[in-house]
Amino acid sequence: MFSFFRRQPKLSQAERYAQATQFQLTWWRFRRHRVAMVSGVIVALFYLVAVGADFLATTDPHATDARTSYIAPQPIRLFEDDGSFQPYVSGLKGVRDPKTFKLIYTVDPSRHVPIQFFGHGYSYSFLGLDTDVHLFSLKTPERGDGIFILGTDQLGRDVWSRLIVATRVSLTIGLVGVTISLFLGVLLGGVSAFYGGMVDTVIQRVIEVIRSMPTIPLWLGLAAALPNDWSVTQVYFSITVIISLLAWTDLARVVRGKFLALREEEFVMAAELAGASSGRIIFRHMLPSFLSHIIAAVSLALPAMIISETSLSFLGLGLRPPAISWGILLQDAQSIQSLALAPWLLAAAVPVILVILAFNFLGDGLRDAADPYG
Amino acid sequence: MAEPILSVRDLHTEFVANEGIIRAVDGVSFDVFQGRTLGVVGESGCGKSVTARSILGIVERPGRVTGGQIILRPADGPPVDLLKLPAKAMRDIRGPEIALVFQEPMASFSQYYTIGNQIMEGIRLHLGLSRRAARDRAIELLDMVGVPQPSRRVDEYPFQLSGGLRQRVMIAMALSCDPRVLIADEPTTALDVTTQAQILDLLRDLQQKQGLALILITHDMGVIAEMAHDVAVMYLGRAVETGPVGEIFSAPRHPYTRALLRSIPTVLAKPRTRLPTIEGSIPHPSNRPTGCAYHPRCLEIIDERCRAQEPPETGAATTRIRCFLHGGAA
Amino acid sequence: MTTLLEVRGLKKYFPIRKGLLRRVTGQVKAVDGVSFTIRKGETLALVGESGCGKTTVSRCILRAIDPSAGSVTIALEGHTVDLATLPRRQLRPLRRHMQMVFQDPYSSLNPRMLVGEIIGEPLLINGMTDRAERRARVLALMELVGLPGAAINRFPHAFSGGQRQRIGIARALALNPALIVADEPVSALDVSVQAQILNLLLDLQDRLGLTVLFVAHDLSVVKHVADRVAVMYVGRIVEMAETEALYHRPLHPYTEALLSAAPTPIPGAVSHRIILERDIADPANPPPGCAFHPRCRYAEPRCRTDRPEMVEVEPGRHVACLRATELGLRGIAEMT
Repeated sequence: MFSFFRRQPKLSQAERYAQATQFQLTWWRFRRHRVAMVSGVIVALFYLVAVGADFLATTDPHATDARTSYIAPQPIRLFEDDGSFQPYVSGLKGVRDPKTFKLIYTVDPSRHVPIQFFGHGYSYSFLGLDTDVHLFSLKTPERGDGIFILGTDQLGRDVWSRLIVATRVSLTIGLVGVTISLFLGVLLGGVSAFYGGMVDTVIQRVIEVIRSMPTIPLWLGLAAALPNDWSVTQVYFSITVIISLLAWTDLARVVRGKFLALREEEFVMAAELAGASSGRIIFRHMLPSFLSHIIAAVSLALPAMIISETSLSFLGLGLRPPAISWGILLQDAQSIQSLALAPWLLAAAVPVILVILAFNFLGDGLRDAADPYG
Repeated sequence: MAEPILSVRDLHTEFVANEGIIRAVDGVSFDVFQGRTLGVVGESGCGKSVTARSILGIVERPGRVTGGQIILRPADGPPVDLLKLPAKAMRDIRGPEIALVFQEPMASFSQYYTIGNQIMEGIRLHLGLSRRAARDRAIELLDMVGVPQPSRRVDEYPFQLSGGLRQRVMIAMALSCDPRVLIADEPTTALDVTTQAQILDLLRDLQQKQGLALILITHDMGVIAEMAHDVAVMYLGRAVETGPVGEIFSAPRHPYTRALLRSIPTVLAKPRTRLPTIEGSIPHPSNRPTGCAYHPRCLEIIDERCRAQEPPETGAATTRIRCFLHGGAA
Repeated sequence: MTTLLEVRGLKKYFPIRKGLLRRVTGQVKAVDGVSFTIRKGETLALVGESGCGKTTVSRCILRAIDPSAGSVTIALEGHTVDLATLPRRQLRPLRRHMQMVFQDPYSSLNPRMLVGEIIGEPLLINGMTDRAERRARVLALMELVGLPGAAINRFPHAFSGGQRQRIGIARALALNPALIVADEPVSALDVSVQAQILNLLLDLQDRLGLTVLFVAHDLSVVKHVADRVAVMYVGRIVEMAETEALYHRPLHPYTEALLSAAPTPIPGAVSHRIILERDIADPANPPPGCAFHPRCRYAEPRCRTDRPEMVEVEPGRHVACLRATELGLRGIAEMT
């Protein structure tokens, strides 16, 4: 009786393994890859932030106020002086600069401005809904008050809010870009491998030419060609297209290589000998086999996209203000002067590093897990 | 009989895998004598290659030797237990004392150096010869293993050679420091039959000339019959039967040896005859059956004992067996 | 017995391309004029070492690759078709008559499909769309090859090499093919499992009257399954005969050498071994005359210049050697 109970789950585990699909096997393997798991969570969190950017922002990222420029990061204190739980930030008070007689704001530790959750702030639209609810906002703000967790920039805009909104732009530019290059890569890589011969040679030579171009001058030229009067959206879209027109070559090579390797697989030949149509062979046998590789390739291509956008914008060739992206935020931190005055402007570098590392570890983990048979 | 050059006693090597601890080698003992060939034979997962790697101290992570002794008796000096040697001292054993020939000659060479360079590396390291002397020695070695035009071939790259020639070069490289023990791990598995015959012939010839002690690891009973003086038959990490080649083939005692020998196809059979088979398949080493590991496939299983207890190794020094049919009372 | 398959003058040349423009600079004559027939219900073994072209012959017959020249005629339901020249579109409905058992039991099964789907796929493709009917046929096939019915819902990764090979055999049998091409079906298996699969093939042939082209490099395995044996060397058949006759009295020096090189599990059997000199000839650059002459210990000057054609020296015995009738070579009886 005892042994009966003990053996039962063991048997079913073997059976569970025997009936596990490719996806399950991949998942089991991926789960053991701890760094990749953590990275996956980080990437997921970043995209959650991107989706709920306005909800997490505290102040309108575009709102400028020259008098609140370069306020240092303000900590949020959780308990009032009497010990009761009431998060607050210190208020600001206006003082005249003794030399220039300009009114500037400095922190006034004696005045506590309480913070409320799910309060109202600037209005925005979330998934088509117009709302002004934010995760946290000030209960009774006076002029100039704000939650400056990461301080403000030269124009008095809240760095935290700008960072959150920039996350959305920078991460989605990666997604859109990868989608375009995925489409191009799978199409041209597939065509190249499927038809072979002259078509293959031409596509491969084109890829080599594209890859041999020095990218920075090319970007310079293309970005300079964008009309100055284009709207932020138009520029944004053109930049993604430009980046992905160059980035598809990697994916095309992955797809072509995998396609050629799979065509030699014996199970593909078995299907062909059974009389299967090309469609069935491609979609039933080949595509599922390299889907996992494509996913891994994509997760490694995404950080490259993000870096491209960030560097372009940083150099002033990509997105331009008033658009907000990580690159643009870092542009503000370009001069030593502003860095010395307001080192918190470098905050945008942290999410860039974090997300790029996370994507790379995630991609590595996926690639290792993708081939449970290899 | 003289003292063995190499004695392996109760060797254990384990791998930590996701399924748990895999006992790849689980209590293997044998002796190797000068001028004789020990054939280690078994099917996949029996631990024959891991045994070879354990002797040379080159078990790859996550595997490690967890017990036993590997006693080497050098020509000069007292016997040493290789498992107790520090890594640096072990480096002086590999090459001058014990050398290895791998199964896949292509994978064992660097593609970026000429074969001469690769042979000379070991010679210069261990024997401290000058460049010129080492090169002469390399050419001499290539000639010895039957590579045609050795003074020209010495400057070629591995990819320029055929499979058979590559295996000859591999053997030349293994012999470069005059080892006393040569371990050949499936040296002919990747080769065609006519090339296999050439390489086996070469190995036999070299052994006679140089008095090598040879450990030949293979899955092929035919190769064993042709080459070995003594045989260790392995199954799932254990040597189930050890003995002189004549006895193993003419009067095998372990049910596995018996069944294995019967199930081998040969050119001598009558055309289109069915072979006796061994039921079932080899269990994965992580899923080793209790008791005697062979019991689920054994036709001569005696009683509950085979299922519950591991049969101990019984018999004399050179003829040992692990089976309740042949002693090992409960 | 009637002829099922007739191969005549089969050639397959692979171009060697070099340079940026992939210009053809030479040709590998992988198969260079191979002819043989297979009778209904028999097993013909195609034996040779690596690079001899045996696999290319089998792929040409199945039209997995297109032959460069020659004909492959198969007799199907009363009429004959030349598979070598048939356009691909017309070929597809005929594929069901010729199926293949692969060498590698791992890469030949799609790891993303259930065993039931793998065995049932040929049925589905060829019009058995009814799920229940297909399932019943798959279960019957699994029983036929000795697989438990529960395996139908498992993935190939749960099976050992021998069991996977059974799955591959069941898939090949699904459409009741006229011809089975078995490409080294046991060479990737452990010895103790090899015998099981060889016996299974023999049983299936007896029960179903299968016609088999058995491709192998190993003369000992072939002895257990073949009715007739064709030995290949560098793109050509050098000898073809009934199994017993070929093993007992080989007529081609290469066959003799192959036989003597086959390892036998009898200690001391090796004393009569013939050790061939040098390596197998390069099919991109075969020697003139008889391709075997550089390794042949019986070679005469004419062997270097005259290419021997395949001749029927006795009824049912074909050999391509200029000295075939005068040599008196040793068979297995004299080797042990």
